[in-house]
Amino acid sequence: MEAITGRALILACSAIGAGLAMIAGIGPGIGQGYAAGKGAETVGRQPEAEGTIIRTMLLGQAVAETTGIYGLVIALILLFANPLINLL
Amino acid sequence: MEGFGAKILFEIPLFDGIPVTETVVNTWIIMAVLTLFAVIATRKFEAVPRGIQNVVETLVDVLTSFTKQTMGEKKMVYAPYMLTLFLLLAFSNLLGLFGLRPPTADLNTTFALAMLTFFIIHFNGITKKGPLTYAKGYLEPMAFMLPLNIIGELALPISLAFRLFGNIVGGMIIMALIYNGLASASAAIGLSFAPILQVGIPAFLHLYFDVFAGLIQSFIFIMLSMVFIGNAYD
Repeated sequence: MEAITGRALILACSAIGAGLAMIAGIGPGIGQGYAAGKGAETVGRQPEAEGTIIRTMLLGQAVAETTGIYGLVIALILLFANPLINLL
Repeated sequence: MEGFGAKILFEIPLFDGIPVTETVVNTWIIMAVLTLFAVIATRKFEAVPRGIQNVVETLVDVLTSFTKQTMGEKKMVYAPYMLTLFLLLAFSNLLGLFGLRPPTADLNTTFALAMLTFFIIHFNGITKKGPLTYAKGYLEPMAFMLPLNIIGELALPISLAFRLFGNIVGGMIIMALIYNGLASASAAIGLSFAPILQVGIPAFLHLYFDVFAGLIQSFIFIMLSMVFIGNAYD
């Protein structure tokens, strides 16, 4: 069996790290779903305020999404602009 | 490794050579389209709107009333800026439909736009509240919260830029993976000369990633800008 080079090790670990970083997607998924459920509930209770409710819901979901997007950016950096490979 | 970054198309032979990327060229295309649209659509205005005048009036009406609702009567000066921002972002995000790279899939574009919002917020904070009240805002609720408040302010443009960038670039990468996958699937059934599976199947994904997510993200960008700028006043 040939020896694993340092570069290959870093690339492999970065790929695993990118996958782990995307676990961050769970949080925004739950949060956005909860917000959407509450929004649907409120529209059911007050159908005349639908426009305002949808706008507020989207605003909250956009802010809740931030952590997931940070995870995605970390994953993209690890895959395509790896800073660790230059440390060798 | 072959990445998903913007390709450098050519270099302007000034100084050490200024690289011009796909992002810049695609932004030029959008600028040309929007300028042409503005010139053609506003040439002959009539009292009873017809044809393209209806589109322009609807756009201006919707954005004006939306700004009024979100920011209030006194901050209506931002309506034209928000409409411009919305049109630029919407056209950028929809550019993926034509097989071009959306300029918003580049962190430089989104960060520049987020910095505009950032500077508007702090300029208004200093001039409208007065420098002292503005500086005092950083010591709320307690003086030792100062570093946290500063980090919170700096996180605003970063989250604004990364939200748009992450959504668009994520959609772009998924689309690229699906196109590549369909090309290999066509090659596997012996049609490598014509990747026939690429026809039709990605259309639904374009509908979601480019049209739906693109428009929602441009809307969210201007809405968050409006809310943050509106908060800077009081």
